Amino acid sequence: MQFSLSSSPHNHVRRDTTQVMQMVCLACVPGVIAQTYFFGLGTIIQISLAVITAVLTEALIVKLRGKAIKVVVNDYSAVLTGVLLGICLPPLAPWWLVIIGSFFSIAIVKQLYGGLGFNMFNPAMTGYVMLLISFPMAMTMWLPVQSMALHPYGFGDALSVIFTGYNLAGYDLNQLRELADGTSQATPLDAVRSGLIAGQTYSETLSSSIFGGSTWGLGAGWSWTALAYLAGGLWLLWTKVINWQMPLSTIAGVAVTALFLNMFLPDASGGVLFHLFSGAVMFGAFFIVTDPVSGSTTNKGRIIFGALIGFWTVIIRTFGGYPDAIAFAVIIMNIAVPLIDYYTQPRTYGHAQK
Amino acid sequence: MGVFEPNSQSIPDWDDIFTQLSNGQMADFPGGIHPPQAKELSNTIPIITPNLPDALYIPIKQHSGVVGNISVKIGEHVKKGQALTQSSHPFSVPVHASTSGTITNIIEHPSAHASGLPETSLELIPDGLDTWHLLPVITDYQSTPPMVLLERISQAGISGLGGAGFPTYIKTNTQKPVECIIINGIECEPYISSDDRIMREHALQIKQGIDILCHITQAKRVIVAVEDNKPEAYKSLAQACINDERILMASVPTKYPAGGEKQLIQVLTGFEVPNGGLPIDLGILMYNVGTCFAIADAVLYGKALTQRVVTLTGKALAKPQNVWALLGTPIAYLLAHAGYDSNKQKRQKVIMGGPMMGFTVLNDTVPVVKITNCLLVPEQDELPDIDDEKPCIRCGVCADACPAGLLPQQLYWYSKAKELGKAQDYHIHDCIECGACAYVCPSEIPLVQYYRQTKAAIRQEAENKAKSDKAKERFEARQARLLADKKAREEKHKKAAEARKAAMENKGNDAKDKIAAALARAKAKRAAAKAAQDNQQDDAN
Repeated sequence: MQFSLSSSPHNHVRRDTTQVMQMVCLACVPGVIAQTYFFGLGTIIQISLAVITAVLTEALIVKLRGKAIKVVVNDYSAVLTGVLLGICLPPLAPWWLVIIGSFFSIAIVKQLYGGLGFNMFNPAMTGYVMLLISFPMAMTMWLPVQSMALHPYGFGDALSVIFTGYNLAGYDLNQLRELADGTSQATPLDAVRSGLIAGQTYSETLSSSIFGGSTWGLGAGWSWTALAYLAGGLWLLWTKVINWQMPLSTIAGVAVTALFLNMFLPDASGGVLFHLFSGAVMFGAFFIVTDPVSGSTTNKGRIIFGALIGFWTVIIRTFGGYPDAIAFAVIIMNIAVPLIDYYTQPRTYGHAQK
Repeated sequence: MGVFEPNSQSIPDWDDIFTQLSNGQMADFPGGIHPPQAKELSNTIPIITPNLPDALYIPIKQHSGVVGNISVKIGEHVKKGQALTQSSHPFSVPVHASTSGTITNIIEHPSAHASGLPETSLELIPDGLDTWHLLPVITDYQSTPPMVLLERISQAGISGLGGAGFPTYIKTNTQKPVECIIINGIECEPYISSDDRIMREHALQIKQGIDILCHITQAKRVIVAVEDNKPEAYKSLAQACINDERILMASVPTKYPAGGEKQLIQVLTGFEVPNGGLPIDLGILMYNVGTCFAIADAVLYGKALTQRVVTLTGKALAKPQNVWALLGTPIAYLLAHAGYDSNKQKRQKVIMGGPMMGFTVLNDTVPVVKITNCLLVPEQDELPDIDDEKPCIRCGVCADACPAGLLPQQLYWYSKAKELGKAQDYHIHDCIECGACAYVCPSEIPLVQYYRQTKAAIRQEAENKAKSDKAKERFEARQARLLADKKAREEKHKKAAEARKAAMENKGNDAKDKIAAALARAKAKRAAAKAAQDNQQDDAN
């Protein structure tokens, strides 16, 4: 009797790439729920648009490259890129913005480099940075916490604003951003930033309504959202989808840098908790920095990679031209990955440390 | 515990190591995995001795090293334990008739190797009597010189039964001092339970083997290491070794591949075998439990290695079990014995060895050889085939699983790009092919296969280089020879020319001399004539 042949090992763990991607998508759910609860249903629509565009773009390019569409699209990596990009966009940003960003992430950043596994840069973050640089106004139109908004919006309103620029009652985006007292509300990062530019000290900027009286610099809604992403991230750690090195070192990098800056420039820079729970640090530490493809692959390298992302995030937030900086920090460090990997090789059994 | 540092003079402090081990303190090796064990399929019933098969196919090469010459003729009747090959080469051990019977043919038979390439084998038809040809029994081994015992181990055809098949007497016959013998009863591969059963049932004979090895090597210490998923085997060996001061029992935490020689040394001692070195560089020799059993058989009972314990397991077998299989038994016979149901597999597949490092055999005529510890016949979906390789996402779980501290993913990229130099820079030759990386890879990349190909390519390149170096050397030698010939010829010609010239010159000188002499003579004549004339004139005046 002839037997069929195969190569060892003959056994294999049952968790494949598709499941890994699906689990990361799933881990976003608590964060997305919190984000939606505080800032409205726009985020859900943005995520849907981004995912649909990402998957269609992936399918198109894969077809152009003459590969099997079903196999490639089934790996859920395009879905994940769409989810991550959608989360980062202002909830009511216009539809074309999402589509351009998502198309760019998949077509240019991912597929032009060779598809899954070959991209140098994090697709979602590079797409986000492209949008931020090209459309700075639209990309900073964040909404107030809905319970404080003058005109809270519903699902129909969200669709209408995204596709026409006006909600069902005819208000435009600027009006939707107003608070009950008629003033508009910025994000915590924007509030501190514009306050500092206007000559206020950091502690004075914390009197902005967004902080709701929190002297820790915890923005209303924003810090809860960050906590929800932290919870999802901890689940990924628990299920061993991600390693602890990158998220922990990112958070540590942010905290240490913020602590030092705040020690030496207490009036001109934010506190540790402000930096950790504002903007995209928690989301970034667990969902962006941990992208294996564009990140460092050695354990020591992962720590350096994450720590420097944390460092650059705080530096750019404090001295740079944009309020948030995770995306920039990630792209800067993506460039450094080959160098980091080269110098952080583990010691092989029986060999001296290189 | 000490960590190996190259160039440092740190050598294991065995007293220290033994103190720590007896306190239950052990080191760990990096990485490793915990695949499902599935040992309970086969480890619950005692080892069975099946009936004699109809025919045996005994390959003449069953160990790493050199093949001996066939020393029997077709038609010759042989007895069990009679040597079938002989060689004066030191890297060769003989193979033996596994039962009594007639050598009916010398043929090329599919080999028990991943390639399945045919190799020279002896066809033996048993006579059913199973009569032994015993070697002289050495009961008083303690007063026997080690060289005699080594010779016996060699004669009995014993090579490492743990997997590598290295001739045991060569390993044992070391010139360096042996500080510690480690007995490997780890058996970390899932499914396999042959060592487990032999430890449970034959602990006393394993102990006899250990005693013989201690006598030969003069080792003062022995560690018997058993993985903690085999408590019965541990207990049984501990019982057998209870009154021996030299022996320390160690229960090693279950983690694959803890049974790898290098990994086990790291776990037990905290030291690493230096790159390019051998365990003996740390004063260690390691033996598999089955090898110890075989050594006792050879020395105390005069039995050559003719059989071994083979685990027959997998859900496609109705009666998974362990058997004493005669070397050369075609696997079809053992599969039938264990109730193989080929309908339980969509694609018929038999793995020789375990699920992590075993290889699939070509067909069912392949024989059991000295390194065959298991035949694994999984049913459909028990160990599904992986043929859906996806792109590497650089997740690095392979590096987390690697017990050798390699970056499997980098090795994969360099293998794929055929950058052989880079692969060597990343220490591809330190890969032990344990398969942990491929086991955990979410992209289902057959990493080990890539490494094997790359290692083969590197070997090929080295061979080609050696060949071209040799050719170059020959060419240069020829050029040098031609040049030397030419020079020699020129030299000869030059010398000849010089000689001629010298001769010419000499001739010339002679002539000149002659002329000068003639002139002188003429001159003298003239002078004489003149003088005479003058005299005459004087006389005339």
